[in-house]
Amino acid sequence: MKRYLALWFPNLLTDWLATKKPELKDQVYVFTLPEGGRIKITAVSRAAEKQGIYADSILADAKAIVPNILCFDDEANLSKKLLIRLAKWAIRYSPIVGIDLPDGILLDSSGCSHLWGGEEKYLQTILSKLNESGYHCRGALSDTVGTSWAIARFGKKMSIVPFNEQYTALLSLSPAAIRLEEQTIQRLHKLGLDKIGKFIQMPRSVLRRRFGEAMLLKLAQAIGTEEELITPIVIVPPFTERLYCLEPIRTKSAIEIAIHKLLEALCKRLASEGMGIRLAEIKGYRLDGRLTEIKIGTNQSTHKVPHLAKLFELKIDQIEPALGIELFILTATKTEPVLVHQEKLWNGKPGLADQNLVQLLDRLAGKIGQQAIRRYIPQAHYWPERALRKAISLEEKTDIIWQKANPRPMEMLNRPEPVQVTAPIPDYPPMNFRYKDELHIVSKADGPERIAREWWMEPGEHRDYYILEDDKGHRYWIFRSGHYNEGKSNWYLHGFFA
Amino acid sequence: MKAEKHEVVAQLRKQMLDLQGFKPTATDDVLKFELGAIEACFPNSIFPIGTIHEFLSEKSEDTAASEGFIAGLLAKMMQNGSSCLWISRNRKLFPPSMQAFGVDPQQVIFIDLHYEKEILWTMEEALKCEGLACVIAELPDIDFAQSRRLQLATEKSRVTGILLRKDPKRSLSATACTVRWQVKPLPTALNEGLPGVGNPRWGVNLLKVKNGHTGNFLIEWAEDHFESFEQQEEYSVPLTKQLG
Repeated sequence: MKRYLALWFPNLLTDWLATKKPELKDQVYVFTLPEGGRIKITAVSRAAEKQGIYADSILADAKAIVPNILCFDDEANLSKKLLIRLAKWAIRYSPIVGIDLPDGILLDSSGCSHLWGGEEKYLQTILSKLNESGYHCRGALSDTVGTSWAIARFGKKMSIVPFNEQYTALLSLSPAAIRLEEQTIQRLHKLGLDKIGKFIQMPRSVLRRRFGEAMLLKLAQAIGTEEELITPIVIVPPFTERLYCLEPIRTKSAIEIAIHKLLEALCKRLASEGMGIRLAEIKGYRLDGRLTEIKIGTNQSTHKVPHLAKLFELKIDQIEPALGIELFILTATKTEPVLVHQEKLWNGKPGLADQNLVQLLDRLAGKIGQQAIRRYIPQAHYWPERALRKAISLEEKTDIIWQKANPRPMEMLNRPEPVQVTAPIPDYPPMNFRYKDELHIVSKADGPERIAREWWMEPGEHRDYYILEDDKGHRYWIFRSGHYNEGKSNWYLHGFFA
Repeated sequence: MKAEKHEVVAQLRKQMLDLQGFKPTATDDVLKFELGAIEACFPNSIFPIGTIHEFLSEKSEDTAASEGFIAGLLAKMMQNGSSCLWISRNRKLFPPSMQAFGVDPQQVIFIDLHYEKEILWTMEEALKCEGLACVIAELPDIDFAQSRRLQLATEKSRVTGILLRKDPKRSLSATACTVRWQVKPLPTALNEGLPGVGNPRWGVNLLKVKNGHTGNFLIEWAEDHFESFEQQEEYSVPLTKQLG
């Protein structure tokens, strides 16, 4: 059984302005837009309505009624923006919320209202919340979108249409209530069919011939013989969990409990489908209408509650509860099938696949960021700076093996530092070198090892590397850039050997 | 008679350690580091794993030597296929060089951070993770309370922690580490008349050993294992710098 709630904001724009400028409350003011040389009224305040000023009339006419009327410029799409904002706010009452231009929003309330203690209280809560925030609003609940829409705007007293009674509810309403085109409505009135009840039982073929297929569709949608769906503003992802709080939540421990509860429910579902979380977020809907959220990511898909809870707990500090959070929504934004690991009877071989390590890295990534965690794998380059690259994942392997023939220094400088060198004969190791104002007398040396620059990647000279040991036993990696050029060669220190 | 005397001495030593509150590790999974004379300095002559080791180094040359020595130790600790974490700020360690000491650089996870606070947090968190062989952190200074936290974390998980203190500024006396090392490079030696640079040689100085004793040692990394060597020529390098 589906239930839909339609909300109607008869003074959407003007109410919104009044919330921003409280002095406008109970004032006569309108929104206007120039149209074809005249200024047209697009929205009117409640007080203006009482004076007999309506939307779609001309500003000059309105000025005849109220000479000192206040005018504000309307903006294209302003009401759409407002509706989207309201619809996002209303997600706390139902996961599927759509906007209904120009002045309403629609909620799929199926299975939601009992959480507020019945439909009556559900509707009352929403309407009073909206009234409190300054919006005049009417709402109706029924089995179809069409009927809810009609009752919200044209209904006399009944705002909740009981199950399967939309037919009787519609009978006494004007044809405009079923969202017909202006032309059709006028023709119906001309024919004396000023109530839906007067034509609802007419044969379909007769109605189709006179008023077209569109009218029949709208009628069928209102009665419920034809299905109508809401286009949600936020598409509900398959793995989400919602937690309504009886009292707004503010404390850290309460948020932790909420996270645990949500994770337990979601992970149970994930586990039954063999899926695991890679990315997840928790959104907190605050009492003041704002949203606060935290996101986590994992290296391997998982549905282990303690681990995920730990990841979220590291980020609880980022949640700002302000006056309190009344609804939590946990969404698994990215899921992947879980690799099932065999439970070990005894401690097996640890390594990079070790679950403890994977979980540790998730926690670290949550706190310090994924970019700080690096693993290196070899690349097929002799050029020292390019001999290795960052691995994309923990599992990534490559067939390339580390170049092993020539020793590499334990510590390598990011940028080679120039040194002054005395080298007696071309291609002979230096006799001594001066680094940071200290003279090192070379006692042993190995080399040269020529490493050519990869000319297809960057221009420049080759390098001739020497391993030098000074008289104190310190070992260095020094290179000459380019060929030997008496007294003019550039020498650099590039690293320290163990 | 003599053998009996040795046994009695060994027995008494064990009793002393018990009285000092030292809890020996289970003897069946003792890792052999083949450090020769150095191991005799440790309680029960077993290289202590599952504790905090400190390495002091002043200059880049010393740091490179310490890193080489650490890599040699890592090779033993990681021989069961486990991995280790290397946490640092301004890291200069060149991963490919580790394989000369028997460590597969692909098995090492490097974490490069900016703040000491982050390094400490990461190290403590990592030390609690039982799947790791070792956690190395480059951190110049640490106070007693922080080192105590790290020590407590390692005692629970039995993961070895190594603090590589480059150019430490603060007083060195007050940390809760079990062993404090200082490794300095020494001139290499090749067979008479051969040119070139030989295997790395270090002067290893044990500055502090909890429940053990200190000492100076000469050690060489001979392709795939540690080897003690005797200083041949008259050569003296000031191994100890009085710190703290």
